[in-house]
Amino acid sequence: MVQYESARLDASFAALSDATRRGVLEQLGCADASITELAEKFHMTLTGMKKHVGVLEQAGLVTTEKVGRVRTCRLGPRRLEEETAWIERYRQLWAARFDELDEIIEELKRKEKFDGRTKRE
Amino acid sequence: MPMKNRTTVERTSERELVVTRTFNGPARMVFEAWTKPELLKRWWVPKSLGSSLLSCEADVRVGGKYRFVFSNGDSEPMAFFGRYLEVIPNSRLVWTNEEGGEGGSVTTLTLEEKDGKTLLVMRDLYPSKEALDAAGTGFADAMVEMFEQLDELLVAVDANVGQS
Repeated sequence: MVQYESARLDASFAALSDATRRGVLEQLGCADASITELAEKFHMTLTGMKKHVGVLEQAGLVTTEKVGRVRTCRLGPRRLEEETAWIERYRQLWAARFDELDEIIEELKRKEKFDGRTKRE
Repeated sequence: MPMKNRTTVERTSERELVVTRTFNGPARMVFEAWTKPELLKRWWVPKSLGSSLLSCEADVRVGGKYRFVFSNGDSEPMAFFGRYLEVIPNSRLVWTNEEGGEGGSVTTLTLEEKDGKTLLVMRDLYPSKEALDAAGTGFADAMVEMFEQLDELLVAVDANVGQS
């Protein structure tokens, strides 16, 4: 179980290591799209986009279906739940820390301004 | 209240996580907040997480050690510790994270100032993909409880704002 999950995470993270593929997922999160549409959107050749979609499909992040001459892509049934939850928790911790850090920086700025003023006077 | 800037996290390779954030202030202030224990302890454990920092020691110089001890309610305190490998004031700080034993990561913080704002980039590099996966799992477990508290708090804050 653990091994299976970790193999799955490997495939997902490998798929997600590419900016175009992350973009494709974002796009598909808004609406399904054909390979042609995706290729245009990302200024790529059809062959190039087919390769990217293939990697995402392998990782289970995207499914494709051929209807007539058009291959439609949509987000896979797993979506990105595990991966995004994992990253999101880490992000939330740092975001919370940095929001507090903002306040300290504001305070330091105020203090410096005040000190500068008192020095000049 | 100042506008909050966005924190982004990317797993850029199988061994590395990268966090970025912009601050509305000069790099020397971000560095100061990161290296003076009395400031560090004010933001390292956000109030919103519901846990507290029992102690915070940071001897920021090459080879110097740091040690932060958290308390999270009833559970055992958690200690985070390591050593500083590189210290370049106002621009770069590198430290080890040794609480995870062999699989510990090395964190590189860089600060880049432009027009009075500072771009912070923090890279967490693990010795292997397995170490990062394991850290992720452990981290996720530890954080679930903290973030549940945060969620509750945010709901409460939201409700209060709605009323006023």
